[in-house]
Amino acid sequence: MEHGDIAVRMRGISKRFDLKQANTCVDFELYKGEIVSLLGENGSGKTTLMNMLAGLYYPDEGEIQVGGRAVSISSPAMAAALGIGMVHQHFKLVDVFTAWENIILGGKDYDVQAAREKIRKICDRYGFVIDPDKKIYNMTVSEKQTVEIIKVLYRGADILILDEPTAVLTPQECERLFDVMRNMRSDGKSIVIITHKLNEVMEISDRVVVLRRGEYVGQLETAKTNPQQMTAMMVGHSVTLDIERPEPVNPKKRLEIKNISVTDIEGVKKVKDVSFYMNSGEILGIAGISGSGQKELLEAIAGIQKVDEGSVTYIDEDGNTTELIGMHPRDIREMGVALSFVPEDRLGMGLVGNMSIPENMMLRTFGESHKWFTDRDKPRKVAQDVVDVLEVSTPGLDFPVRRLSGGNIQKILVGREISSNPKVLLTAYAVRGLDINSSFKIYDLINEQKKRGVAVLFVGEDLDVLMQISDKIMVLRDGEVSDIVDAKKITKNEIGMLMTSTKELK
Amino acid sequence: MNTKAQKEPLIHLTKRGAMPVYKAMIIRALAVVLALIVCAVITGLTTGIDPIAVYTSIISGAFGTARKTWITLQDVSILLTISLALTLAFRMRFWNIGGEGQVLMGGLGAAACMICIGDRLPAPVLILLMLISSLTLGALWGLIPAVCKAVWNTNETLSTLMMNYIATQIVLFFTILWEVPKGSGKIGIINQDSHAGWLPQIFGSKYLLPIIIATAITVFVYIYIKYTKHGYEIRVVGESPRTSIYVGINVKKVIIRTMIVSGAICGLVGLILVGGINHTLTATISDGRGFTAVLVSWMAQFNPFAMILTSFVIVFMDRGAGEIATQFDLNQSFGDILTGIILFFIIGCEFFINYQIRLRKKGHREA
Repeated sequence: MEHGDIAVRMRGISKRFDLKQANTCVDFELYKGEIVSLLGENGSGKTTLMNMLAGLYYPDEGEIQVGGRAVSISSPAMAAALGIGMVHQHFKLVDVFTAWENIILGGKDYDVQAAREKIRKICDRYGFVIDPDKKIYNMTVSEKQTVEIIKVLYRGADILILDEPTAVLTPQECERLFDVMRNMRSDGKSIVIITHKLNEVMEISDRVVVLRRGEYVGQLETAKTNPQQMTAMMVGHSVTLDIERPEPVNPKKRLEIKNISVTDIEGVKKVKDVSFYMNSGEILGIAGISGSGQKELLEAIAGIQKVDEGSVTYIDEDGNTTELIGMHPRDIREMGVALSFVPEDRLGMGLVGNMSIPENMMLRTFGESHKWFTDRDKPRKVAQDVVDVLEVSTPGLDFPVRRLSGGNIQKILVGREISSNPKVLLTAYAVRGLDINSSFKIYDLINEQKKRGVAVLFVGEDLDVLMQISDKIMVLRDGEVSDIVDAKKITKNEIGMLMTSTKELK
Repeated sequence: MNTKAQKEPLIHLTKRGAMPVYKAMIIRALAVVLALIVCAVITGLTTGIDPIAVYTSIISGAFGTARKTWITLQDVSILLTISLALTLAFRMRFWNIGGEGQVLMGGLGAAACMICIGDRLPAPVLILLMLISSLTLGALWGLIPAVCKAVWNTNETLSTLMMNYIATQIVLFFTILWEVPKGSGKIGIINQDSHAGWLPQIFGSKYLLPIIIATAITVFVYIYIKYTKHGYEIRVVGESPRTSIYVGINVKKVIIRTMIVSGAICGLVGLILVGGINHTLTATISDGRGFTAVLVSWMAQFNPFAMILTSFVIVFMDRGAGEIATQFDLNQSFGDILTGIILFFIIGCEFFINYQIRLRKKGHREA
């Protein structure tokens, strides 16, 4: 492949954190006008490597050249002066400021008129759609990301680093982002994108650089490779990328949801008259644009969300029924209804960042006994089991989970829910931001639960996965059930239609 | 591109992971030694007094006689107990800076029993009633901001702070009501002749009771936070309210329950101050210790056992400062300057425990 001029060359970069060697002698090159995907499993040192380029960390060893000259990047300001800008996974914006205020923040130029003009030009040039006077706290995740990217461009970046930009976007928002990225590429900018979604890698990038356990493994030209090859390189051995779908054995009605409606704090109706049922030994997938009521529906079943009307009936093996609405969340859980919801920030719903793994396991079970003191031995054993079975990489059980990588945090969350031997498993975004290997581990786990006779509800973002793993798919649209379909007999296109089309069209 | 960007900067800061405890202790000890050296230099330069003499005087101020030693230990106990009470709330990220008011209300409860019904009841019953009324009033002063926070999500820092002023005014009101003799504006020693409601002496020592109580409460708070379900809930609520809701913890209940305990312990301190040490009630009986305790708790990073040390450092310096003020004819502020320097070093050294400093490698200089 023809390369333009070199934009960045990193040679022999090593970085060590207290207990962990994050990068060992990594080489990395970036040319002008190309999009490079940086690929690797969770914790393989992708973000660390890019943080060194962005001036957040300083390498222990190695050399960085920008535009052919050796440089020393010791602060983000210095990186900005060299034309390097990074959009992090967790946005760094001032919530009470407007978009344009955030964009010019930190610069030296406070000429408001000129700044607004400059922002408008950037938007026109690359096709960003943004209201510069909108406050950040009123924005969707996608809008916030757009502000972050404009901020970086405003400071004159020619080299952009995007850390998992698509992890929290809807398919439509992803497309828009990719269009912008292509515009930037044709404008001569260089882009590094960190992502786990191989179909995105195939779609957007020119070249793929693979890291494994902090080391450089190799690079591939996107046009000449395929997901299988990339995965094999990432993991170190070949992996089959098929999700099994065992036939449901003796399905019986386990949970019946009738005419549920939910209104959120702001008075917006999030779930409108939703009815469906879940069978034991079956996986019910839920498809829908994010924010279509998935979260509220799951929380309503788990007893966390107040319900306007409707009923949730649990039917046990012997056919006895129990009404779950109105029960305490803890009692619902004790009936065997487990909820694992992976939020956008991964922590915050279900885990406590500063606590150890056993203490996080305890969150679910500590209320069961009526003793004064907490039982510390059992959670420890459960923690050890989860760590062993799911191959959680951690320096020790007593390590605070906040300091584990995102994938490992998720394994702990999902592992804990499964370890409670649930009868009904509600899981949302279980593989959000996870690498291929870990994702498949989670799919296997969910399938195992299915074979055990658990009724599984699987909220997912990736339609391909959803269609492969589910037995039935319920499509939500704006809080309503659009349709419930057989996963084996429907196409991706049809689901897409159900997700977006309005009633009138139907 | 300027040439500055070419050079590797002289130092880099990187965050450390966990440091072995002994190493951290060495750094802290070094910080104290350094602080003492800086204090010595400043003392020598500004006053011309031999720093060694000043240090000796500080030590003798705190430990010079058996009585001074006992008072130092008693003061440490009082400060420590208030700090422990606040720590319960702090672990929940509930910033209770109302220790002052909670102590005052506890004191008021004890004084009220001693004055109003002191002569009519046998000692054990009276002291039990004092205990109940101190704990209740202290708990009430913790409960009010807690309910406001739980129900209306008000800012607890403001409400607990304002409760202090209310407590002060209430105590001033009762001071005038109960003043002896009339017009003096003071209550004076309560039940001076009958000693009714005076807390008993332990093994003939009036200093031992606060020390025993402080020890018991240290152990209690440590176990309560670390091993009980209540303590576990406090930590979860503090770290992540959202997660608490997800796992079915009743956040409001935890806030209210914890503040009742926190306020009650402060109330207990009020009882000790009024019934055991001062035998009178004034609006300044807490003497700012409700606020100093915030510092003690933070410096110890909310660890009950580390608080023994931090409260000791503060009391020791405070008592020493008083001594040098009289002995060398310096004013009390000079002692405060020394205390400030020492605290600066102790708090500042945490930086070196959390961060690692790397110097530029020599070979790379001209890269």
